[in-house]
Amino acid sequence: MPTRSCDVIVIGAGPNGLAVAIRLAKAGRKVLILERQATERPGFAPGFTAPPLAHLSYNLDPRVEAGMNLSSHGLTWAAPVLDTTAVSSDGHHLRLSGRDLGKVDGPLSPEDRLAWAALSARLTRFASVLRPFRDMPPPRLAKGVGNDLWALAKIGLRARLMGKAEFRELLRMFLTNTYDVLNDELSDPLLKGALAFDATLGTWLGPRSPNSLLPWLDRLSGGGPRLPAGGMGALAASMRNSAMAAGVTIRSGASVGRALIEGGRATGVVLDGGEELRAPLIVSAVSPKSTLLGLVGPQALDTGLVNRIRHQKARGGAAKLHLALSGVPDFRGADLKTRLVLAPSEEHVERAFNPVKYGQVPDTPVMEVLLPSAHEAGHAPAGQHLLTAVVQYAPHNPADRDAARADMLKAALAQLEAHSPGIGGLITHAELLMPYDIETIWGLPGGNWHAGELSIEQMLFLRPLPGLSQYRTPVQGLWLASAGCHPGGGVSGTPGWNAAAAIERAGE
Amino acid sequence: MNVLTHYETPLLQSPFHARTAAANKMHSWGNWGGYASVLTYEDLAMEHAAIRNTASVYDLCPMVKYRITGPDAAAYLNRLTVRNAAKLSVGSVHYTVWCDDAGKLEDDGTLFRLGAHDYRLCCQERHLPWLLDSAFGFDVAVREETEEVAALSLQGPTSAAALSAAGFDVTALKPFRMADFPFGRGRLMISRTGFTGDLGYELWTTPDLALNLWDHIFAAGELLGIRPIGSDALNLARLETGFVITNYDFTPAQQAVREDRARSPFEMGLDWLIDWDKGQFTGRQALLAEKAKGSKWAFVGVEIDGNISAEGAVLYHDRKTEAGVVTGACWSPTLKKSIALAQVERRFLAKGNLWAEIYALRELHYAKLMQRVRVVDRPFFAPDRRRATPPGRF
Ligand SMILES: Cc1cc2nc3c(=O)[nH]c(=O)nc-3n(C[C@H](O)[C@H](O)[C@H](O)COP(=O)(O)OP(=O)(O)OC[C@H]3O[C@@H](n4cnc5c(N)ncnc54)[C@H](O)[C@@H]3O)c2cc1C
Repeated sequence: MPTRSCDVIVIGAGPNGLAVAIRLAKAGRKVLILERQATERPGFAPGFTAPPLAHLSYNLDPRVEAGMNLSSHGLTWAAPVLDTTAVSSDGHHLRLSGRDLGKVDGPLSPEDRLAWAALSARLTRFASVLRPFRDMPPPRLAKGVGNDLWALAKIGLRARLMGKAEFRELLRMFLTNTYDVLNDELSDPLLKGALAFDATLGTWLGPRSPNSLLPWLDRLSGGGPRLPAGGMGALAASMRNSAMAAGVTIRSGASVGRALIEGGRATGVVLDGGEELRAPLIVSAVSPKSTLLGLVGPQALDTGLVNRIRHQKARGGAAKLHLALSGVPDFRGADLKTRLVLAPSEEHVERAFNPVKYGQVPDTPVMEVLLPSAHEAGHAPAGQHLLTAVVQYAPHNPADRDAARADMLKAALAQLEAHSPGIGGLITHAELLMPYDIETIWGLPGGNWHAGELSIEQMLFLRPLPGLSQYRTPVQGLWLASAGCHPGGGVSGTPGWNAAAAIERAGE
Repeated sequence: MNVLTHYETPLLQSPFHARTAAANKMHSWGNWGGYASVLTYEDLAMEHAAIRNTASVYDLCPMVKYRITGPDAAAYLNRLTVRNAAKLSVGSVHYTVWCDDAGKLEDDGTLFRLGAHDYRLCCQERHLPWLLDSAFGFDVAVREETEEVAALSLQGPTSAAALSAAGFDVTALKPFRMADFPFGRGRLMISRTGFTGDLGYELWTTPDLALNLWDHIFAAGELLGIRPIGSDALNLARLETGFVITNYDFTPAQQAVREDRARSPFEMGLDWLIDWDKGQFTGRQALLAEKAKGSKWAFVGVEIDGNISAEGAVLYHDRKTEAGVVTGACWSPTLKKSIALAQVERRFLAKGNLWAEIYALRELHYAKLMQRVRVVDRPFFAPDRRRATPPGRF
């Protein structure tokens, strides 16, 4: 029997599903979220809970944090500002601090120190000029389509007020690549390595890829990395609590099989078990690609649109490593309460990217390592440690997936061993999730961080596709709200928040 | 080593080439879809007269043909085209069009339902990439079969009699239906379809039987005034009946370079084909929006004063304001009138007072004529015999 129990069905209880749900619920609607995952994933080692996909907060949207009142729903920060260590294999680490990582402790030449201070300030300035774009629907190119001209003028004015030289520099930065910028300004390989890693984290770009600087500016506009108390799982829990407190119903273990479409209008969803649920408004907070090709299906869409979404780029290059350690590892004295970046040079980052273009595994991957258990108890049984790492780059579609996973694990552990001799002996359990595993578990197409690559040709009004950038789909009553939409991924809630605003504006 | 000689014969030859070339006394060839195609065999007036008074044979082979098979064939065609292909019964044919996402026409064509899961789509332009892209998500196979089919169009009042004389009894065949006959070592499919608006049939077989078919039909039609006709005569007939041709009367969306050149079914008077209730088809949302908002252009049949063909003429409102363009025109031999098909901006259509500016070349001097234009119903010429079943004995 079809049931009509709510005003809005949101598909997916990720950060964006929760953000869109709460905003609509606070406007007085009855919202039901359907989430495929039954409960937490089974722990990967005795005494360890399974870590969520994300391990750090890079760009939580302040509007979402305040609008969901996350602090009163349990969110506190174990590290409100997290320093970064560029880990050296000879112990000469660099410690980068401040929200823009502009301050450096460690063996760095005075020239580089000055140059990086200037460059990081400039990048941060540029990032803050671009920041307002994140909070609005992407501007549209056509005339008379209701662009927020006032907001756009403000962005333009701010950019112009930097002065002619800086404005020109901003435009140059849009189009340039990270490698060239780093080598124009800096000489220290370790510093350049850590920065090249940060710039390309979560993208399918190497530092030398054209336009690779733009996603870096976008990352910087989110503020620096932070670690919630209890880890990212606790941040997710606070979002869920807040949603439920606002009256949102979250039904887990409910996997949506397809959208119900009648007369060109979305009228509900059908769960994998066959159960039908109806609502006048359906918001999909799973990727645009899986929404349109999977839940809606090509049969209900125009051929041209189906073509474009099929060819939307969604290749994941990041793997996630989870290690259970029997004791505390030593990264040659590096502070374990920092974010440890293992990327000896910008060349290394580029070389780690090369093989994945051909579906192969790099010999020396680069990675971002975190020890949540160094910050607080609760992540691992007493005396033991949890190590999580984002390892780049991993092929998203290798010929032999199991072999690639095994090779990737071996290569990642070898890199860890090189930077933390003896760590191999501490490992009691290891889990490596390749992009295709991530796709299977969380539904991110290609395992891509942003649910559809974030690169200049898939940003702003081109995100996820031209014609779809306003969160609205051609199917009436069906809206998009995932990281695949503007402005992209991360545990930010921004696309969800923007989508809710667009829905409200449209009066739907 | 391969010898590259393709450039020596840039135009393909149809399976009927041996016969069409022999009959082509004027050596008048044109390029139709990459094939050498006869424009006028001998005499345009005689060839047109055969269409309207006796029987005419036109080589259809260059027409592009696609075969669509599989369990989802009907669903696929419903999503591709605007008409309801599921409602088309096996053994029937319908005229249809298809659009891009913006609801602009890509082509028109005839759709033949050969079996429950087996269709043939005949059209003017080539579309394989679009047809294959449209197949994503459907359990169908789509392939071009232009070269695998040999087809003739037999049109005119004595065409049914010619077929009877050839041993194919088509007296019970209704318009837009097909019938299958044994022929030689193979088969002949006859559909009561055509592009002339007259009594007529199209004959479909395999290339190996092409020349036999030609000889057989001409022998049977000898005393019935049968003659081969070229594209020029066919063009006169299609104008008289008001049929459109892609790339003559509208620029297909996938080829239009200029943003404002593509036309929708509403703008070409083809919206009657759209089945709004069948579910999704490509362009549906855009066309619904256009339906609500109104269209910029209209497509009309017009009569024009005087006896000079208005080919390419610009239409004016009140002799001053540009209002549209003639896409096809002729002095109709049947109606003894100057007729034309035209794209006209809707806002001028309502006002009337339309004029055609015709440039008539008179011994290297243009005579510029401003002739009055009257919008009339299409078809301009529609004899009852085109529909009568059984067909009249002429
Ligand atoms: C290796 C890796 C590491 C990352 N690390 C970080 C990090 O440290 N910090 C950070 O900020 N970001 C990180 N990200 C990015 C971040 O995880 C995503 O951008 C973010 O989760 C996107 O949020 P979302 O709400 O749009 O989608 P998701 O979080 O993917 O939420 C979608 C939800 O929908 C559910 N779902 C899918 N299909 C269905 C269905 N058919 N029916 C019902 N439910 C369904 C899924 O189970 C999922 O819970 C990482 C990404 C990767 C690949």
